[in-house]
Amino acid sequence: MADIGYLRRKWFDRTMSVLSSSAAGLAILALALILGYTVVQGIAFFNLDFLTQTAKPVGAEGGGMRNEIFGSLILIVLASVLALPVGLMAGIFLSEFAGPKMAYAVRFAADILAGVPSIVVGVFAYAILVRPMHSYSALSAGVALAIIMVPVVARTAEESLRLVPNSMREAALALGITRSRAVLGVIVPGALTGIATGVMLAVARIAGETAPLIFTALGSQFGFQGLLKPIGALPLQIFRYAMSPYTDWRQQAWAGAFLLTLLVLGISIIVRRLSNRSRS
Amino acid sequence: MEKKTGAIIQDMVNEGSSCNVTAGSGLPEGTRGILEVSNLSAWYGKTLAVKDVSLAIQTQAITAIIGPSGCGKSTLIRCLNRMHEVSHGGRVSGCVRLDGRDIYARDVDPVVIRRRIGMVFQKPSPFPTMSIFDNVAAGLRLTRLWSRKWELAEVVERGLKQAALWDEVKDKLDQSGASLSGGQQQRLCIARALAVEPEILLLDEPCSALDPVATLKIEDLMRTLVKDYTIIIVTHNMQQAARVSDMAAFMMMGDDKAGGLVEYGTTNQLFTNPKDKRTEDYITGRFG
Repeated sequence: MADIGYLRRKWFDRTMSVLSSSAAGLAILALALILGYTVVQGIAFFNLDFLTQTAKPVGAEGGGMRNEIFGSLILIVLASVLALPVGLMAGIFLSEFAGPKMAYAVRFAADILAGVPSIVVGVFAYAILVRPMHSYSALSAGVALAIIMVPVVARTAEESLRLVPNSMREAALALGITRSRAVLGVIVPGALTGIATGVMLAVARIAGETAPLIFTALGSQFGFQGLLKPIGALPLQIFRYAMSPYTDWRQQAWAGAFLLTLLVLGISIIVRRLSNRSRS
Repeated sequence: MEKKTGAIIQDMVNEGSSCNVTAGSGLPEGTRGILEVSNLSAWYGKTLAVKDVSLAIQTQAITAIIGPSGCGKSTLIRCLNRMHEVSHGGRVSGCVRLDGRDIYARDVDPVVIRRRIGMVFQKPSPFPTMSIFDNVAAGLRLTRLWSRKWELAEVVERGLKQAALWDEVKDKLDQSGASLSGGQQQRLCIARALAVEPEILLLDEPCSALDPVATLKIEDLMRTLVKDYTIIIVTHNMQQAARVSDMAAFMMMGDDKAGGLVEYGTTNQLFTNPKDKRTEDYITGRFG
């Protein structure tokens, strides 16, 4: 009897380890396939022209995504300018000033906002900016991306501020420093690597967002023409070109996907480095 | 006529609050930093931690607060510069008078009180992101909009010299405060507290994380500092209290789990001729 019980437990243990390790393997395989396929397909058409040339009309040889790359950068900067002050202040409020009930409510709201599908955020920006202003615009796209960014920045900032030991707060207050000066002068500097990590993650998150741009940035061949005019963006152009029937456009879409992956991957690696260094 | 009635009512109100009566009238003119505790009780949420303590602190002397763990020593000392209310659920009744004025009065800003009554904690807590220089300068720098460089340099040098740390760190002021040894870190914290020129210094078990040599250095430092400052130290180390303090207060947890003051007197008297049986039991090592 004891032997059967033992065998059953042993086989159950074996099965579970095999199942869980193959699940992990599957996840890594998916990542490897996506990365590998993007690299293999994209790198062939990724060249200097792709980075420096503007889009050519159908049929014309060559051309690149210079305007869209630049447009993406503008949107990222715009969204960061809008989202970082709000997100960081919200994070500081959550960690340093809010009472337990208030913090719970705000945290809950932030988590819900972070979970809102990005296309809904795009539609929202369309409703409050694009329609009243009768124009697709870089501004509305920046606002949409900023809305996605704020909860990510706020929550990561809060988490890293909480890691600063309470003794630092007390030491600062005991010097006769006001709460807000203590936060700005002592607590925030102590959490800076963590906050930077959160900001980078948020940037990585919005860099690849496509859905909210469809309703807001719209896309444009002409590059940046002002905040109130439509603007092209890398993910948007990848979407357009990948769906097109023209081979050279699809090739460019691959190159764009490669660049975007490189960007997000690069940010993730930097984030890893940062947080590893702060831990050691 | 009406005015007079108003004045009388005002007097009655003042008397009713009983916290703002001027104390220490017998003390010499110009003496500052007279601290008086009366009927002080402190809570954490609904838990009473310190019950009805009254103490008159001697100026320019070291007062040691001793007692077994959990008797409310740290809570009491944190009440003296309004740090208790920083703790979650921290609440106080009774009064603490600084130069005759209740520091818990409604119009008193705790920031001002903490400026005049500095504090050093059990665990050395230099700001890890700051250099040694910036640590000492922090109190000034973070209470002003801007400061002159030479003025900060003067304050930092004076603070570090007062804390007997200058010779050890003068060549590496730009290094991180966290790079120092534990004892040096604690003296850095004392320098940081002294840099804002307080009148009273509260030390909450400043040596409990230090080795004997570093402890001795801090004790020497306290004896030097007491010429200019009033020092109150919490310690669970009776030998330390006997070595450094002029006055000693013995606290103990009562039956209701709240700490109360058992005996207060000169250190000599408290250690050689305690009046209370419980004090005697504690200092002779029969419990705690």
